[in-house]
Amino acid sequence: MAENYKNEFGVFAERPKVEKKYYNAKNIFTGLAIFLILLILPLAPNLGKTIPPPQRSLDTPVIQKLAEKDRKCLMPTDWMRANHMQMLVDWRDNVVRSGEKGAPNGRYFESPDGRKFLASLTNSCMDCHSNKDKFCDQCHNYVAVAPNCWGCHLTEGKTLAEAK
Amino acid sequence: MDFFKRHFFVSLFAVLGLVTVAYFGSQAASLQVFFGVVVPYLAVLIFLEGLIYRIIVWARSPVPFRIPTTAGQNKSLPWIERDLGEQLDNPATFKHLVGRMALEVLAFRSLFRNLRTELRKDPANPEGDRLIHWSYKWLWLGAIAFHYAFLVIILRHLRFFTEPVPMPFQLLEHVDGFFQFFTPAVYLSGVVLVVAAFYLMARRITNPNLRYISLAADYFPLLLILGIGISGILMRYVYKVDIIAVKELALGLATFHPVVPAGIGAIFYVHLFLVCVLFAYFPFSKLMHAPGVFLSPSRNMVSNNRWVLHVNPWNYPVKFHHYDEYEDRFREAMIEADIPVEKES
Repeated sequence: MAENYKNEFGVFAERPKVEKKYYNAKNIFTGLAIFLILLILPLAPNLGKTIPPPQRSLDTPVIQKLAEKDRKCLMPTDWMRANHMQMLVDWRDNVVRSGEKGAPNGRYFESPDGRKFLASLTNSCMDCHSNKDKFCDQCHNYVAVAPNCWGCHLTEGKTLAEAK
Repeated sequence: MDFFKRHFFVSLFAVLGLVTVAYFGSQAASLQVFFGVVVPYLAVLIFLEGLIYRIIVWARSPVPFRIPTTAGQNKSLPWIERDLGEQLDNPATFKHLVGRMALEVLAFRSLFRNLRTELRKDPANPEGDRLIHWSYKWLWLGAIAFHYAFLVIILRHLRFFTEPVPMPFQLLEHVDGFFQFFTPAVYLSGVVLVVAAFYLMARRITNPNLRYISLAADYFPLLLILGIGISGILMRYVYKVDIIAVKELALGLATFHPVVPAGIGAIFYVHLFLVCVLFAYFPFSKLMHAPGVFLSPSRNMVSNNRWVLHVNPWNYPVKFHHYDEYEDRFREAMIEADIPVEKES
């Protein structure tokens, strides 16, 4: 920028002085504050707290009765944590929707180490893991998942299976 | 290598490189603290600091001229009627200005006016082409689908950062997974985000005019967001991870008690790393249009030029050269040339 504005009559203007200041500071900083508050708001209740993850409990009568070496699920624990929902839905589709004959092993599921299990949430899984509150709900609530298992499956006892 | 390839493949390989770094980096247990704790905190720090810095720079820039675009009848004589559309497109009051900005921010009204200009064959004039301008809403549709899907996805992810998860976020999740299709339920927002981002990128690549003006800075965010979307979808539906451990990590970050649970799959670290890069990249990029849209001078000003005097904040004292001074200086020459003068001497 030229030092001063000149024409043939000489200097006709001083160099403009653009003031260093906040223009519309009120609006801009209100907007910024609203954004930061919205950002922090959902996190604020837990700030600084330590929230322990849910502890899965295996303390059920059926599991207690098993010998130490028999206390293993039909699939490895890590695999089950990530994929149990897929397995249960596959069971449901094979048994309930395609009919028992559609399932590769009839109504039975063969685990990698060769054991056979009845493919049934109520009768197999919840036989050992009868503590739904501690074993299912706790983690599902923790990650806000609402599986639709319990729309059909009874959660108390095995009334339906015995009634058959 | 031509212009397009240079800009597109630099972005593509940058994103693939980031994926590789996170994938192999997270294999080493010692580096999981880096990818799970250090990088996210660093990214959020850069994001917030950069965002605030740039907004402060904007706040210190004078806006000397009142330049609202006047897309409707301005407020005028009382018998000139203005319907609501015109009042919003040429706002005379603060209330209408808020309406205009709300339409701009929430409904992308400017984009809705998008036109496409093309030379078309004209049946009436087989010798030449005809220049036509036609309304082209696909950009608007792609953009609004993309942005709202992204918003829903961000809000939905808050279930990992809050405990207990507030009701609105759970509700949003149920609405998003409304069709209960596949297990786990497919979220509509995830599908919409990836499809819309693909459309926005395909649009840049296939249209020659757009390809000509597209730079690496345009492709990189799109590819990065596609990478985030695809890695998230793969993690949810294909390469599953222990979600309880993921929440433990996320909650640890949100409560400033970071923990890195063992046994989270590499795909999670890829997803997290890409998100961190997006956050850190945000303040330096075109993504700053998010705060910027609120500061668009042609949209956020009341169009009251006709009845309010707006003074340029840097107006300087001008030395005027008035006509009498001019005449005083050239009077003799003017009289000699028979030019009429106001004063004879």
